[in-house]
Amino acid sequence: MSDAAAVQSPWQTAGIVRIEKRTPRVTSFFLQPSRPFAYRAGQHVDVRLTAPDGYQARRSYSIASAPETHGVIELAIEKLDDGEVSPFFHEVAAVGDEFELRGPLGGHFVWPEDESGPLVLVGGGSGVVPLMSMLRHRAARNSAVPVVLVFSVRVWDEVIFRDELIALDERQDGFDLVLTLTREAARRPADYARRVDVAMMVQAMTRLPEPPGVAFVCGSNAFVSAAAQALIDAGLAAQKIRTERYGV
Amino acid sequence: MVTRGFSSGRRPPTDGDARIPPGQYLEQGFPVLSAGPTPRVRTQDWSFTLKHGPRPIKKWNWAEFNALPLTKMTRDIHCVTAWTKFDTPWQGVLVDDILADAGVEPPTGFTLAHAFDGYTTNVPVADLTAGKAMVALLYEGKPITPDHGGPARLLVPHLYFWKSAKWLNGLQFTTRDEPGFWELRGYHIYGDPWREQRYMDDP
Repeated sequence: MSDAAAVQSPWQTAGIVRIEKRTPRVTSFFLQPSRPFAYRAGQHVDVRLTAPDGYQARRSYSIASAPETHGVIELAIEKLDDGEVSPFFHEVAAVGDEFELRGPLGGHFVWPEDESGPLVLVGGGSGVVPLMSMLRHRAARNSAVPVVLVFSVRVWDEVIFRDELIALDERQDGFDLVLTLTREAARRPADYARRVDVAMMVQAMTRLPEPPGVAFVCGSNAFVSAAAQALIDAGLAAQKIRTERYGV
Repeated sequence: MVTRGFSSGRRPPTDGDARIPPGQYLEQGFPVLSAGPTPRVRTQDWSFTLKHGPRPIKKWNWAEFNALPLTKMTRDIHCVTAWTKFDTPWQGVLVDDILADAGVEPPTGFTLAHAFDGYTTNVPVADLTAGKAMVALLYEGKPITPDHGGPARLLVPHLYFWKSAKWLNGLQFTTRDEPGFWELRGYHIYGDPWREQRYMDDP
């Protein structure tokens, strides 16, 4: 079977070593765990914050960095206005701050590299984060596995990791980037200006030399439902589609 | 370990405190989480099979299953992703009533719930019987939507909600406690929210 049981770990302390703004609403936090751990592309960590009176809040965040970046991990966190944990990161957190971290977690939304064949990645907004880990992992290994990423955001300035994604695309090493902007005109020849649909998924899959072995779809529930259904209607078997939903 | 600058938070209302398990927060909406695409199961294609190991005990179609006694169950539910939702109103067929209709006593102490998308999850028999669990057919008085597991989902409200398998199509008695889909992927074998049994190494 392709999904090995995840190796578990108890809560540990992690410190913020660097902060980098990615888009107006998404900021990357680079964390140094006190006990660095190995992980697989697509996995997540749980973060736990504790108030002075003992109240705790925990949330899951996908890892954006590649497994090859030993030690420090990158979380790219979107600010949710009605959130509980993301406002702390965006409004309070500074380099040197520490909090609790547990991981790596999750054994399903991970790239089973050895036997999966070409990959289709479909991300909506910050749903691109675990997919970015897969792409960085692929680049770090100089992997030749064909991959297409369809990344849907509202506007050009919300394309998280934009420069890096375009640079990866320009390597022409079997990775194709397709951006689709839902509230602006397309800017690159490969791009679209609409929501993901069946025709877009058909065209994305024709960019691969052979049918995909697995598709990873991540984003809001509405996005994932639409994108997964579009992949099925484009001819991909439901069993090949792995989803991760924010739950809202 | 106090986190510098974290104090506000989305605290539960004081009167609800005792109903929120450790590490959970109160959610007003009904988030959707699942590992794959949402299967669209038509009721004319639906069936539910009770099995002992590989051997079918009884199989019901949609009409036959809906003819079983319907029970209302309003419960708090707890997702391992840390949300808790109060007073979710379900109607369905108690596992007790399914067993009675099949005319069997549980032949083993464990079950594996099966779903149309291939999902599985293990639940001990003791957590399904004595009115603790049902196969839910209605939510808020209406058919359960595909996103939330319709036409029928398991409802085991006292365990983390991944145990309440969506798109249910069978329940299989197993000799041993066989881990299911998430239990094989790092999640806890039992999943009691009050003991915070989220991941496999939680006590």
